[in-house]
Amino acid sequence: MKSLLKFITCGSVDDGKSTLIGHMLYEAKLLFADQERALELDSRLGSRGGKIDYSLLLDGLLAEREQGITIDVAYRYFTTSHRSFIVADTPGHEEYTRNMAVGASFADLAIILVDATKGIITQTKRHARICALMGIKHLVLAVNKMDLVGFDQRTFEAIKEEFIQTTAEFQIKSIQVIPVSATEGDNITTQSPNAPWYEGLALLPYLESIDVHTTDDTKPFMMPVQRVSRPDHTFRGFQGQIEAGKISVGDELMTLPSREKAKVKRILVTDQAQDSAYAGQPVTIQLDREVDVSRGCVLTMDNQVQEADSFASTILWMDDSVLTPGKHYWVKVGTKTLPGTVTAITHKIDINTGHTVPADQIVKNELAKCEFTLSDQIVFDSFEHNKSIGGFILIDRVTNMTSACGVIDQALKGESRFSTLDTGITRDVRAQQKGQSPLTVWFAGSDTVALAKEVEKRLMSSGYHTMLLESVSGETLRGTAEMAKVLNDAGLISLVSHDSISAGELETAREIIGGKGFIEVNADESGGMSIQDAAKSAVKRVVQSVIDHSPSNNYDI
Amino acid sequence: MQELTHLDQLEAEAIYIIREVAAECEKPVMLYSVGKDSSVMLHLALKAFYPEKPPFPFMHIDTTWKFKEMIEFRDRKAKEFGIEMIVHSNEEAIQQGINPFDHGSAYTDIMKTTALKQGLDKYGFTVAFGGGRRDEEKSRAKERIFSFRNKNHSWDPKNQRPEMWKLFNTRINKGESIRVFPLSNWTEKDIWQYIRRENIDIVPLYSADVRPIVNRDGHIIMVDDERIKLEPGEKVEMKKIRFRTLGCYPLTGGVESDAVTLDEIIEETLGALSSERTSRVIDQEAAGSMERRKREGYF
Repeated sequence: MKSLLKFITCGSVDDGKSTLIGHMLYEAKLLFADQERALELDSRLGSRGGKIDYSLLLDGLLAEREQGITIDVAYRYFTTSHRSFIVADTPGHEEYTRNMAVGASFADLAIILVDATKGIITQTKRHARICALMGIKHLVLAVNKMDLVGFDQRTFEAIKEEFIQTTAEFQIKSIQVIPVSATEGDNITTQSPNAPWYEGLALLPYLESIDVHTTDDTKPFMMPVQRVSRPDHTFRGFQGQIEAGKISVGDELMTLPSREKAKVKRILVTDQAQDSAYAGQPVTIQLDREVDVSRGCVLTMDNQVQEADSFASTILWMDDSVLTPGKHYWVKVGTKTLPGTVTAITHKIDINTGHTVPADQIVKNELAKCEFTLSDQIVFDSFEHNKSIGGFILIDRVTNMTSACGVIDQALKGESRFSTLDTGITRDVRAQQKGQSPLTVWFAGSDTVALAKEVEKRLMSSGYHTMLLESVSGETLRGTAEMAKVLNDAGLISLVSHDSISAGELETAREIIGGKGFIEVNADESGGMSIQDAAKSAVKRVVQSVIDHSPSNNYDI
Repeated sequence: MQELTHLDQLEAEAIYIIREVAAECEKPVMLYSVGKDSSVMLHLALKAFYPEKPPFPFMHIDTTWKFKEMIEFRDRKAKEFGIEMIVHSNEEAIQQGINPFDHGSAYTDIMKTTALKQGLDKYGFTVAFGGGRRDEEKSRAKERIFSFRNKNHSWDPKNQRPEMWKLFNTRINKGESIRVFPLSNWTEKDIWQYIRRENIDIVPLYSADVRPIVNRDGHIIMVDDERIKLEPGEKVEMKKIRFRTLGCYPLTGGVESDAVTLDEIIEETLGALSSERTSRVIDQEAAGSMERRKREGYF
């Protein structure tokens, strides 16, 4: 039985991408006869006059034919005597980055095209970056239009060298660079006599022989639960696709997040009872005892699989609307969908160069490092280790658009990096000693320092115990928020001055400190007021809140 | 560790998709057209949930012009597997006498496209599984597995939701619906090989037999009942033919063949020089006709 290779082609219409694939199919005599007739018919309307326009094989949509470009992903299927192939032909233009990402998310290998007369261009680097982000491990660089540079070896070698340097930062397992001419057919299905200095395989033979086998024998068993099957009270089975490793009847596994241990009683691979099953198979697993497992839970023997509710991630924004920190989205990871919020944009990544760019908003087709928080803990793994529970999508809650896709880089620890020892002296006890109820006042706005200082002075002179901290946007924000919380635990009122904090960062701070003991004072909202008046009004709010939250207040009721 | 074969991978992908819909969507239905792709879909649905029955009904849009053997097969299979089979027809159009002989391409719009919309709306189905494959036609080649339809059931090819990895977004607003194509990545060859591997029962019309036919505009049309009106000069002949696709008998061209057993059919099909939809008369009307149809709500 033949194996299957799923690959994508990246490049623009000028690079001859559709022509390359069209020619490959044509040369390999893989077209059905009537499709060939249709091609000749279509060519009469096409741009190449009477000659066959191979690209018409792939550009399917009417709108695209009119514009002469590939807008969306087109899938094509062909089989040679060695292998079955699915090729996703994707658009090259930056405007259609998200469509390219769709194709890349599905593929095991990417063919990136460059025009030999132009060499590596910005677009080439972008394509390599998107492929790497979506998890592609094997790249082929097809240096096209070699006929136009007289099959010059030095031109080819220079392009090859630059490409290898460009992709060094990605975790790519294999790279093959091939000199081709898509319109003339050099190195497409057979080795070209025009480039005798090229010793590798022609494109199609290379695709037929490359090993992209992704399953790792050594990985422990892991399966996200798709659904619980309960046809009657006697049967309860967990249905899903095994994403890693192998499982046998009698094996002990762990349920996550409930962390119960159970043994496998029975395995159905589709409708057949089997002793064991392995990665890629759809199964129904019965366990030997009752466990608390529903859709979105994970059955596993992998200790690396963790749970968390806050993550650092890399995302590709795909929506026409901008990414808004603080806005609620649906987040789907594996088989689990939960409400969540992008709490902070760490920075943008220039999709062409990979450079870090400060940003407070992200628009369509941009890449960014972001932090996001979910309404509950989920089971996850890093994308590198377990693609199926390391990748996610964000869904707009109003339009239902798939707004972004991303990969989890790591969990953000929910626990504070400041640890205090439990002495039995509680926060309330410490607070009562100081005769106040602790809280954190976060000063937001464009210029917060003067106001924060004035508020502290006034609180101090009214007998409150306070501490004023300064916070800045970026990586230290969480640390400052945690510090403010420790001070609250000590019974103090924390004041934090933070210029130009974003809505998402404010949300992060609020979550760390806890909504009840958190007050936001926006320095910009005091309008034309003097600092004194603004401080007076802020102090009033703080004092009211202290009274509301005071433990002694309970006795009055 | 064992590696999955090509067919195993396609089966796993389809079952994953079918289970996702059952787990996440409110009111799914599986469309059943009685053809070989529908037989594969039904088989996959039975395997996906075993030992449970598929947790959704099946629906056949009956134009009332299907081959008699198709209807008999449909009813027999529904009974055999104990599944709920809804049959819907455009009753109003039947009353008006809409038929494939007199009403040309309008017939397909009215009896299939409109009837499908009616059926989905009548039962309030929000998700409909279909057996469409990307290798069938160029506009399908670009369609997502989860394909969204607006209130009027129409498809916007320029505004498809991105589909990433296996993370299918099944959320819709009121009035919208989804067509889901679990066989998107299968080819005709895969379908046949899977039918053989799984020993799936298909309508006998796929197998060559001596049948009454007329030759019309280069197509072999079977005389399935007396409603077919013979043109001057046409005469009914008995020929050994079979069908590569099944639909309404006046619109489905047969091919002369001696392939009787499944192996013979497969050998003939895989060696064939004509891609599958040539035998569907409607697809040859105009370049891009399928895309136009889909925008209007054809499955």
